[in-house]
Amino acid sequence: MNMEALFLSLRLACCVSAILLVIGMPVAYWLAYSNWRGKFLLESVVALPLVLPPTVLGFYALVAMGPRGPLGKLWSALFGHGLAFTFSGLILASVLYSFPFAVQPLIASFESVDRKLLDASAVLGAGSLRTFWRVILPLSLPGVVTAIVLSFAHTLGEFGVVLMVGGNLAGVTRTVSIDIYDHVQSLEYGQANRMALVLLVISFGVLSVVYAVNRRVWTPWTAK
Amino acid sequence: MDPLDGEVKSAMLTALIRKELRKAGAAPFILDISIEVPPGITILFGPSGAGKSTLLDCIAGLALPDEGRIVVGGAVLFDSASAANLPAQKRRIAYVFQTLALFPHLTVEENVAYGLTHLQADERAKRIAEILNAFRVEKLYKQKPGEISGGEKQRIALARSLVTDPCVLLLDEPLTGLDAELKSAIVDDLRSWNAAKRIPILYVTHSREEVDALGERVIAIDYGRVVTAGAPMDVLDAPRRKRLAQAAGFENLLDGTVLDLREADGVMRVRLGATACELEVPLGYAAAGDRVRVAIRAGDILLATEHPRGLSARNVIEGRISSLESRGTMVIARVDCGVTLAVHITPGAVRALELAAGRKVWLVLKTHSCHLVE
Repeated sequence: MNMEALFLSLRLACCVSAILLVIGMPVAYWLAYSNWRGKFLLESVVALPLVLPPTVLGFYALVAMGPRGPLGKLWSALFGHGLAFTFSGLILASVLYSFPFAVQPLIASFESVDRKLLDASAVLGAGSLRTFWRVILPLSLPGVVTAIVLSFAHTLGEFGVVLMVGGNLAGVTRTVSIDIYDHVQSLEYGQANRMALVLLVISFGVLSVVYAVNRRVWTPWTAK
Repeated sequence: MDPLDGEVKSAMLTALIRKELRKAGAAPFILDISIEVPPGITILFGPSGAGKSTLLDCIAGLALPDEGRIVVGGAVLFDSASAANLPAQKRRIAYVFQTLALFPHLTVEENVAYGLTHLQADERAKRIAEILNAFRVEKLYKQKPGEISGGEKQRIALARSLVTDPCVLLLDEPLTGLDAELKSAIVDDLRSWNAAKRIPILYVTHSREEVDALGERVIAIDYGRVVTAGAPMDVLDAPRRKRLAQAAGFENLLDGTVLDLREADGVMRVRLGATACELEVPLGYAAAGDRVRVAIRAGDILLATEHPRGLSARNVIEGRISSLESRGTMVIARVDCGVTLAVHITPGAVRALELAAGRKVWLVLKTHSCHLVE
């Protein structure tokens, strides 16, 4: 079994979920609470990766990251090497691709926090940042767990975007799904099967955690 | 000048608020209110939808008035003219919501400590202990809101707001759903707390019972405007508007036509609807032939099984009982006198007089139990 590919995938998924959590929270906060009339536009942009074929997203990401693309140029200027076909490029593309999987559960859980609690926090002297840390976030924990787990699982299983942006460099961009594809191409069904099974088990475990949290099988605080 | 006088004046809340609320498919609701709330409990009374909660939201800084000025003591919290608008978290206005809005994931202690982050730990602990003692919930420190009773929650919500040492306290029906005894116990605790602090307390309710229990001053509002203000007796016992009358517990609202005015006696006669039934009511701004509406409390009407004589009451009306409806310790008798009047009587009276549907009775109404409303 190709442990290198498995660890690469896990490393990628961890980085992507961490980054998405940090970027996703302010975006979700804004989408949940803003009264701006043009909000639907950003909502559509956030949801776009859900409907776009991964190859389309991967193609645009590749063009942008290429040596003549804006991102690629910027990256070269900053770090002295290109972005396409690197692990960093893979992270960037995966963040885009998994964005809705992190942001949408966060929006849903932020929106479900009773507005009166936010009002209560404000009249008790808390600014919006404190209200977020002390009230919104603790009450949105199931949504946060869902966001982390879904972006992790979704990144772990992606194929199209990785292939477009990362190619197939062993130890750099060859993830589990690419590895499986390689094995199938070279008719090594046994090895493909082992890899596929690992991915299946991880995905099942991860989704079980999400549903357990949402069904309140265990909760971080006493329910109601 | 009396020093207390100055203090009282400086702590007054004055609010002048105009706000238009638009809802799809309905005429815009306009809140246009000017109130002064001195230290002590002032009741904001009005039917639901009168604009009470919106007014409180504006004062607390949770809603933005279109125009107006909100001042507590010398501090300007909001002034549309100078574009001043202090955010809610800086206003030092405590606000207890109808839903209480205790943080479900925090313990009682953490809830009460929420507004005290600016204090040192030992000072904070001292203040929390004090307020929990004052509201008799010192045993609940480590409990979560989901684990305590309704009355305890209401006490915690009050404690959480008051521990911050606010300049004004806003209460939006905080004691609904409690039984009368518990309610008055909490109100007593609130009163004794405020005896020392003397801050303006604006207490929203649409329960007549609470007005009577709390009443120092009442401001009655309806359709977004102040209808009357004054002592509870003056405001609620002579309501001048139909919705207010209903909210204040006037079960009988009757349309009639003025027959004639007897200015010397301070009364006028009104014929109810299209019936032959006539009432003598206090003189109002009306002329013979005008349509008027009369409000009468069901509890202010006497019921007799024989034609009563030798009474000071000027109105005796003949009718028949159309139904008797038992409501716990009270029976509502509906009496058909051409128009139907509701009369509150006791179960004992029903037995003693052997009242039953179809029985012929006489209703006795004092002139001043009949109130003209708009």
